[in-house]
Amino acid sequence: MTATREDPDDHLHEAAEAWLHDALAEAAQAAAAPPEPTSPYVSASWELRFAAAGRHCGPRHADFVRTLLLRTARADPDTLTRLYRHGTAAERRAVLLALPALVPGPEALPLVEDALRTHDTRLLAAAVGPYAATHLPPHAWRHAVLKCLFTGVPVDTVADLPRRARHDTELARMLRDHADERTAAGRPVPADLHRVLALTVPPEES
Amino acid sequence: MRIFDPHIHMTSRTTDDYQAMYDAGVRALVEPSFWLGQPRTAPASFFDYFDSLLGWEPFRAAQYGIAHHCTLALNPKEANDPRCTPVLDALPRYLVKDSVVAVGEIGYDSMTPAEDTALAAQLQLAVDHGLPALVHTPHRDKLAGLRRTVDVVRESHLPPERVLLDHLNETTVKEAADSGAWLGFSIYPDTKMDEDRMVAVLRSHGTERVLVNSAADWGRSDPLKTRRVGDAMLAAGFTDDDVDQVLWRNPVAFYGLSGRLHLDLPSPAALHEGNSVLRGGE
Ligand SMILES: [Zn+2]
Repeated sequence: MTATREDPDDHLHEAAEAWLHDALAEAAQAAAAPPEPTSPYVSASWELRFAAAGRHCGPRHADFVRTLLLRTARADPDTLTRLYRHGTAAERRAVLLALPALVPGPEALPLVEDALRTHDTRLLAAAVGPYAATHLPPHAWRHAVLKCLFTGVPVDTVADLPRRARHDTELARMLRDHADERTAAGRPVPADLHRVLALTVPPEES
Repeated sequence: MRIFDPHIHMTSRTTDDYQAMYDAGVRALVEPSFWLGQPRTAPASFFDYFDSLLGWEPFRAAQYGIAHHCTLALNPKEANDPRCTPVLDALPRYLVKDSVVAVGEIGYDSMTPAEDTALAAQLQLAVDHGLPALVHTPHRDKLAGLRRTVDVVRESHLPPERVLLDHLNETTVKEAADSGAWLGFSIYPDTKMDEDRMVAVLRSHGTERVLVNSAADWGRSDPLKTRRVGDAMLAAGFTDDDVDQVLWRNPVAFYGLSGRLHLDLPSPAALHEGNSVLRGGE
């Protein structure tokens, strides 16, 4: 199995392939017959694989492998919430990345909101994906965009940015105020800010 | 000089420390979970601490080009508090995490029956999870504590070559070495060991299986003590290769027993660009 299509040399090594094969089988089994949790401290075998994916497949493949496991296990919002709460930053990232494929409604928004409260750019980048674009209410979404500008997460990471930014006069005001604050402090205004500001105005009105 | 600090509590340190450590040559560290100075009253308080050793602290370290791993355990002091002992039941959930490279710090504080139980149980957890163990030796009644520690390790299923006995000094190094364990020395400004005494120990015992750490935490301590030992070794006639063995290769070999060490990080320059976390997480 190829972990990323962009880089043909970037395959999983043989031992990792075998490990992933077994892990996916366990996840598929859990999808067919969800195991009854026996204690808050005991995890299903595929969930242990989810935690250990980084060292078995390499950190570069961890996002891909973990999200694949979540989709194969058809993890429901309760399971995703538990894995997020019990997860390392890398595991939390994978849960956030898997949300659009696994949760059609807004029930997983508390996880996105949790990630947006952190200052960990790995989590922020995963939180502003397509799930947030679909479900995050306007106020929280605007703050997420602003937080990307604050923490250096490229705004290209924000899913569906042109659609959500269009006609958003409140976002435009926040961006202008932020630019004024930077200028008053003698600091440069990030180029990304001007790009988002331009998106708030539809081309025919500019 | 490349430096791996095998025992330092970065949660208690500032970003200035991270920068100074990077400038001194520190490229990797292990943060053992320990006592926070203030007693914790519930297992949940430990879980938040463990989460931060698995989440925010590695992120902070990476901003400064330093690879961060951790060891997790119920520490000996709080093993005596029945409000905290349920942490033992939850540890398996944490010991599977990718950046956990040992069970620790475990060991003795006051040598109580509760500490006996927690030490034995956690040595077994190390066996169950394929992890080595970082075993601290007590500050009070040190030689008796070392002997009791070595006995418990011998009775466990964890082979001594998967154990790091820490906070050793002149009086405990010989018996610790005879046990077959790895030997850790904490260099402190005024307690534990200092760099000149460390050099003397290295002269008489050699550099094999020896690790040196700053054990820097919330008390009076110095995160650059590893570098000071490297400089003192060179001044005393040790070679660059000797220094590299003690300050880099030995810790890599010991924590590498976990199979979970990941030491290549992007250079901090790439991360610094435009990242306000470095300016205090505006
Ligand atoms: Zn310590």
